[in-house]
Amino acid sequence: MQLRQEIDSLIARGDAAGASHRLAELWQQESGSAAASYLTSRYEQLRPAGRFVPHRFAILRSFTLEPIVPLVRASAFVAGIDLALHLGDFNAYAQEILDDRSSLYSFTPDTVLLAVQTRDIAPDLWSGYADLRPDTVATSVARVVDSFRSWISAFRQHSSANLIVHTLEPPPIPSLGVLDAQLDAPQANAIRQINDGLRIVCRKHRGVFLLDYGSLVARHGYTKWHDEKKWLTARMPISAGHLIHLAQEWLRFLVPLTGRSAKALVVDLDNTLWGGVIGEDGMHGIKLGAEYPGSAYQALQRALLDLHRKGILLAVCSKNDPDDAMEALRNHPGMLLRPEKFAAMRINWSDKAQNLREVASELNIGTDALAFLDDNPVERAQVRAALPEVIVIELPRDPSQYADVVRDSPFFERLTLSQEDLQRTALYAAERERSRVEQSFTSKQDFFRSLEQEAEIAPVERASLARVAQLTQKTNQFNATTRRYSEQQIAEIAARPHWQVFSMRVRDRYGDHGLVGVAITRDDGDSCEIDTFLLSCRVIGRNLETALLSHLAEAARARGLTSIKGWFFSTKKNAPAKDFYAQHGFTLAATNGDGSLWVLDLRTALIECPEWVKLRILTGEMN
Amino acid sequence: MFERVRVIASDIFGLPQAAITAGSAPENVETWDSVRHLSLILALEETFQLQLSPEETERIQTVGRAAELVEEKLRTAAG
Repeated sequence: MQLRQEIDSLIARGDAAGASHRLAELWQQESGSAAASYLTSRYEQLRPAGRFVPHRFAILRSFTLEPIVPLVRASAFVAGIDLALHLGDFNAYAQEILDDRSSLYSFTPDTVLLAVQTRDIAPDLWSGYADLRPDTVATSVARVVDSFRSWISAFRQHSSANLIVHTLEPPPIPSLGVLDAQLDAPQANAIRQINDGLRIVCRKHRGVFLLDYGSLVARHGYTKWHDEKKWLTARMPISAGHLIHLAQEWLRFLVPLTGRSAKALVVDLDNTLWGGVIGEDGMHGIKLGAEYPGSAYQALQRALLDLHRKGILLAVCSKNDPDDAMEALRNHPGMLLRPEKFAAMRINWSDKAQNLREVASELNIGTDALAFLDDNPVERAQVRAALPEVIVIELPRDPSQYADVVRDSPFFERLTLSQEDLQRTALYAAERERSRVEQSFTSKQDFFRSLEQEAEIAPVERASLARVAQLTQKTNQFNATTRRYSEQQIAEIAARPHWQVFSMRVRDRYGDHGLVGVAITRDDGDSCEIDTFLLSCRVIGRNLETALLSHLAEAARARGLTSIKGWFFSTKKNAPAKDFYAQHGFTLAATNGDGSLWVLDLRTALIECPEWVKLRILTGEMN
Repeated sequence: MFERVRVIASDIFGLPQAAITAGSAPENVETWDSVRHLSLILALEETFQLQLSPEETERIQTVGRAAELVEEKLRTAAG
């Protein structure tokens, strides 16, 4: 009650940052229907001052979901996402998908969710299983999978939005009781076959993702999740306390889809990665290992290792003596995370916010892409106050819950995994070595030559689509237009006449950087317009942009065009690309708000690839 | 009890707490539609950790009645 009054007076005073803090705190304390309505109305007032990512989210469903709307909007606001919501008509999902003039498509969603219950789409498999014969079971399974297949492909014809599909859940108690498990074809198997079929369908399309609904229900307890009375009276199958868990599960998809995921997690050491204080308790005194309570810390390390496997960078920020801490990281028998798992380390006595800024700059990412894990509430509060954009993970007092808190956070979710994600930490280690060598060279040119860089430019192909789309979504610094595209949109653009999508891979003597550059062009009369031009932050400042631009110019000239032009749209973060066109001889042709249009006459000007970048041009078609 | 239910109703119907009285009802609260009614029931169930039967939810025709009902249910559960 008091917190609400405090929030309202902060808003009245125009203190948006303070109000946002308090709103998140309120949500931490009571994440339910009442607080959700309150939160959304107050966040709406903060909208002009806040930095929310807008996202259009449509929900198609076979059952009542109206009460979840405030819950998902409040959860999203707390995560920095401003959801515009479209709730499809009750049980009208099939018509809405199939009709390209339906309200679903006129809403122009970014992401669509399809929530269909087993009992709605396959009532025979849900409650009539005892009546079925094996061949009729197979027919029902095939019918359901076929329906989903036709809806999903119709959806893809009409929309390039992301699609999230709920899998089907098995009934709580099989029709034949314990006998079911003794049968050749148990009831739960039939549902599993549908879900397996759904998985195959979804994997055939880009940007279509499955939400494992059965696991979600099981995690929270089958009998507690369902509310049979509300189902019968209001067609609302989920009990009051669990709608929030469904909303939070959706958020695990919406966070990565809106680019709100953390790129790196910075962890404390004492009482976070192990129990006790290394500087006082020593190697034999700290708690870390297979036995309780050391097992709690080992479980957290296991969870962090899983994040590392998904391509999330790990870093250390600890107030400690570096020798003591490194000794434990290197040699403690219970340690799962050895020093090479960390892309950056700050073990010193300075202020944590300052250390986090340094870690972000060393990793070449924004501080808003950092998450921070620390058992000490004072450190968390200090970081939150100094760097409100950092994702600060709230830890409970009980260390045995630490691992679950990390696994539960939506900020570490990934929907696709690229080759680059898998070797990211190794790439950063190579980058550290490169910086060390750079310092020993006197001239930049000598350094560049010593790198032996090779850039390989190729048209986008099926295998590179995911990475190309990911780069358009995640690259903020060296990005001329900051246009975000989904995998599906990139595929469409590449198929259009007069459009080209190029990717650039870079390799040097220290290793393979993978795919780190993207350019999209569109021929417009006798001019080639650059729609997108970006470089991953990993390779900024090495003249690779000149290599890519030289190819765009040459290719345009080869198509008989006489000029090449491109917009630069200024954002908070893309200063590194600001002078890019001017530096390459382009002249300013027009300005428009934050945008400037730059043109180069191809009949008189030439862009040369620097001699220290070896260029390889591949040709080919999407296959 | 009425004070706690009043906060919930104020959140759900988007009105200042002072605007909610025991007599607040669908007839005099413009935002009290069927969807918000369902949200109100869910919020009461979440907050007080109880389940309301369809018969009981029909009895919730004013905020005052909602508070009485919750009080009654909690007393029975405790007794």
